[in-house]
Amino acid sequence: MSTRLALGGRLVNKNKAVSFAFNGKNLRGYEGDTLASALLANDQMLVGRSFKYHRPRGVIASGAEEPNGLVNLGKGSTFEPNQRMTTTELFEGLSATSQNHWPSLEFDVGAINTHLSRFLPAGFYYKMFIHPRPFWKYVYEPIIRHSAGLGKAPTEQDSDTYEHFHAHFDVMIVGGGISGLAAAHSSAQTGARVLLVEQTADWGGRAVVDAPKIDGLTAQEWVNKTVQDLESMGNVTMRLRMQGSGVYDHGYVLAYERLSDHAPEMEGPRHRLWRIRAKQIVTATGAIERPLSFAGNDIPGVLLAAAVRDYAINFGVSVGDRTVVVTNNDDAYRTAIVLKNAGLDIPAIIDARTAPEGDLIDEARALGIRIEFGKAVAKVKGGKRVTGVEICTQAGEGAVLEEISCDCVAMSGGWSPVVHLWSHCGGKLNWDDVQAMFRPDPERAPTGADGLGFVTTAGVANGHLFTAEAVADGFAAGRAAAKAAGFKSKAGQAPLGECAHEGPISAVWLMPQGAKHALRSKAWLDFQNDVKVSDVQLAAQEGYESVEHAKRYTTIGMATDQGKLSNINGLAILSKALNADIPNVGTTTFRPPYTPISLSSITGVAKNELFQPIRKTPMSDWHAANGADFEPVGQWRRPYAYIRGTETVEDAVNREVVNTREKLGLLDASTLGKLVVKGPDAGKFLDMMYTNMMSNLAVGKCRYGLMCSENGFLSDDGVVARIDEDTWLCHTTTGGAERIHAWMEDWLQCEWWDWKVYVANVTEQWAQVAVVGPNARKVLEKIGGMDVSKETLPFMQWADGTLGGFDARVYRISFSGELSYEIAVPASQGAAFWELLLAAGQEFGVMPYGTEALHIMRAEKGFIMIGDETDGTVIPQDLNLQWALSKKKTDYLGKRAHERSHMADPNRWKLVGLETLDGSVIPDGSYAIADGTNANGQRNTQGRITSTYYSPTLKKGIAMGLVLHGPDRMGEEIEFNKVDGTTVRAKIVDPVFYDKEGAKNNV
Amino acid sequence: MLTLHCPNCGVHADETDLHAEGEAHLKRFGPDSSDDDFHDYMFQRQNPKGVHFERWKHVYGCGKYFLAARCTATLEVFGTYSAQTHEPPQAIKDAISAKRPGWSWGDFS
Repeated sequence: MSTRLALGGRLVNKNKAVSFAFNGKNLRGYEGDTLASALLANDQMLVGRSFKYHRPRGVIASGAEEPNGLVNLGKGSTFEPNQRMTTTELFEGLSATSQNHWPSLEFDVGAINTHLSRFLPAGFYYKMFIHPRPFWKYVYEPIIRHSAGLGKAPTEQDSDTYEHFHAHFDVMIVGGGISGLAAAHSSAQTGARVLLVEQTADWGGRAVVDAPKIDGLTAQEWVNKTVQDLESMGNVTMRLRMQGSGVYDHGYVLAYERLSDHAPEMEGPRHRLWRIRAKQIVTATGAIERPLSFAGNDIPGVLLAAAVRDYAINFGVSVGDRTVVVTNNDDAYRTAIVLKNAGLDIPAIIDARTAPEGDLIDEARALGIRIEFGKAVAKVKGGKRVTGVEICTQAGEGAVLEEISCDCVAMSGGWSPVVHLWSHCGGKLNWDDVQAMFRPDPERAPTGADGLGFVTTAGVANGHLFTAEAVADGFAAGRAAAKAAGFKSKAGQAPLGECAHEGPISAVWLMPQGAKHALRSKAWLDFQNDVKVSDVQLAAQEGYESVEHAKRYTTIGMATDQGKLSNINGLAILSKALNADIPNVGTTTFRPPYTPISLSSITGVAKNELFQPIRKTPMSDWHAANGADFEPVGQWRRPYAYIRGTETVEDAVNREVVNTREKLGLLDASTLGKLVVKGPDAGKFLDMMYTNMMSNLAVGKCRYGLMCSENGFLSDDGVVARIDEDTWLCHTTTGGAERIHAWMEDWLQCEWWDWKVYVANVTEQWAQVAVVGPNARKVLEKIGGMDVSKETLPFMQWADGTLGGFDARVYRISFSGELSYEIAVPASQGAAFWELLLAAGQEFGVMPYGTEALHIMRAEKGFIMIGDETDGTVIPQDLNLQWALSKKKTDYLGKRAHERSHMADPNRWKLVGLETLDGSVIPDGSYAIADGTNANGQRNTQGRITSTYYSPTLKKGIAMGLVLHGPDRMGEEIEFNKVDGTTVRAKIVDPVFYDKEGAKNNV
Repeated sequence: MLTLHCPNCGVHADETDLHAEGEAHLKRFGPDSSDDDFHDYMFQRQNPKGVHFERWKHVYGCGKYFLAARCTATLEVFGTYSAQTHEPPQAIKDAISAKRPGWSWGDFS
């Protein structure tokens, strides 16, 4: 069983017990424990079920590489799935539940999959679930969704806070082991501004566990001294519990700081995402131990050798009483030595090498440990816990020589440098055949804006596995990085490390070498995704030769651990199956983040009211206080309608339309874009921007204009007013102001840069009120001021003056068909002017109206709306707007495109009005159906609805749509589909439904 | 997340302050141009692995466009320059030649 040892535990405080719960069971650990170490101390070896076969799984590692120990952490608003128990520091009251099992961790129905594994090989999704087609949706997918999955989605909004932090440094060092500390020290000595980050809660990395000597001190003493030195330097920033997550272009680094995961009662943000620009980056990220591929290597109790050592030394926890160590390198002997010295039983060290030599082997032998060379594990025995191992020769096919009973297997297949951050932005790797590892190639570092490398790798991450070279390499890397960042001062003296002599590793990718299928199909490569040696071999056999294809076919290296344990082993199996060298097969792409980071840390404070800015008009408070039902229009909030008493939104809209048509309506039109275009060449410029002529517009007059993209499609529309000889004011749609402004700037800066024109977006300088309806002139005459009579201010003219004491610019334009004045006043006076009009309008039956009433009234008049009648594929000709395409101009944006054959096609659908025979409203998005079906068996179509409303004026449904040969088919009836599968008949009519002759406006 | 020097305002700008605006040095074809010329102007774009010329806008800064010469494979920036030109300045071409002898892009080399 696994238990707490009497001695050891350098990280735990045995004077401070901490209580926590796992699957509802109350347990106790110590301050300094991780959830994993505390569970092991409580003999909780079984921690989860595997993804596909639901096999029992235990913790296999002690750090960020852990693939099995994933839990749901917290409850309610702090609930989070997929938390690695090896990196979860224990705190009082922690509550965790295991994942991916049903009904319980101990008894899991899905475990039957393991007996079906013969029928669930790599790619089984693709093979099994193709036929019959409907089965996927109704049978296969629901079952798979129920049985597979990692954790549960939270059901409540996250109650913690998060933030972003921007920082600039000369040198950033990722990894706080001895190489990182040495690098920080040497670069800081030069005067560079240095950031040093370590993902765990403690400095020193592996060295403080394995305790070599540095500069004559123990590793722990040297680490303490170096940390103290660095803390005293003003140019060094140090952070624990902060991970370098990703390295991006030009020295951009994302780092993920977990501020209060270990102490949830702390004030302040939970996570902080650092957005760093560093001139130089040093990756001192260490290495990850590789598992060995033998049958049953996933049974709980089989751990990485260094993890077993970590649990003993760091937490004083023994994983088992009898541990068999199986290895192909010297490092794993340290585990045997540590356990033996702790009084635990080591029945044997199984070493696949035939005749290795080294200090550690001698030491183990001197301790009386049985060592078997040239041997391998044929199979691990056990179900929810290791009960023994069968031993065979590594060179053979797995004939069992003997069985050794044990409750823990410590395996080591060698070490893989953590090259992720080196590789994120393009750093390349070399295969080191002697050490059996990929190492960064310093000649092919990620390059920055100057074309030179900006990442240096150091220590174990650079393939220097032994203390003396690791610490010296760290020092050199820090000095080199500082120099590259422009700091040339002396870096001081390199630290001297001492360590045991270790013999060479011998690459072992399968154990035993000739393992038969029965063994290979139980030899796990990827523990999280249930990928075995036999699956990768099958993928190769079926033609998945690219490593990226094999990854996706087998799912090896996917999900939360991204193959930290499995990638190199899987790659080696694949290359062997393909008869290729490992470097020729290559690795899959390393993508950030290094380990998953919380989505909330990415969001930072950008949520709820800070998600995006809300733009409000000067009258917005009045709207809110008077029943406005707001809708978003771009970033603006506009009243959709003003609800009175108990009426529905629909009632309100209909009331507003009728009142405006019969009496007087007010619309807050402030959001409409207003661009001032000014300069000697402004007229010429606007003639290019608009399809119709603007240069010949007389001062004091207004003209409706269309804008097309260079590809000919309608982009925006609005009324243009000529203010003076060289000034035009262009109205855009509400959502289009910034886009059209940018569009104009693009052409002015990049095409016609010699034209003398300025464009200014003055949208927010003005509040604008549309005063609409038969009583519009009466209310303006009542508040008094400028002459707004038909004679002085006819339709499509504008004038400056005062109204009710306000400076006003009055445009006589109409989007409703009624007598209408759009009045602009300075934004600061908008609210007062609005209230004045409401007060003065009382006797004329004034009511404000919202955007829906605006839409209905424009549709009753057959006016198009950008975004309804247009969708980026519609040209002016489709909307019968040929009249707005200038024949006089030799050029305007979109003109050439309209000459293309598809644009001139007479079969393009064209705009018509549509009236249902039964008066109902055609559903939005309906298509007009035609005879026959297309190649997919769907009904042919001959048109579609672009706008559809109930018209309170006409008391029936009205619509506009694009219909094949529509304008030539007036009076014809066609059918539109409805959501319920039936159709509705509608007659093709003129799109102007109301006041066709324009009499209402001509007063 | 590139950083590019804005030649208009002098700021060394982070990519979050910039907006990519596509290929530089497009020649506009308007009315009376051939279908092929117009098609190429509208739709044909370079997609090189290596030297490339791009339009950028300092959108959360001075609001001005500028052009950048950079390597799409290594992220090396050879220089940025005014958008008010029909071809890269000689100094930019020289900077590219120094690092990528024999380069060519469109009509330039």
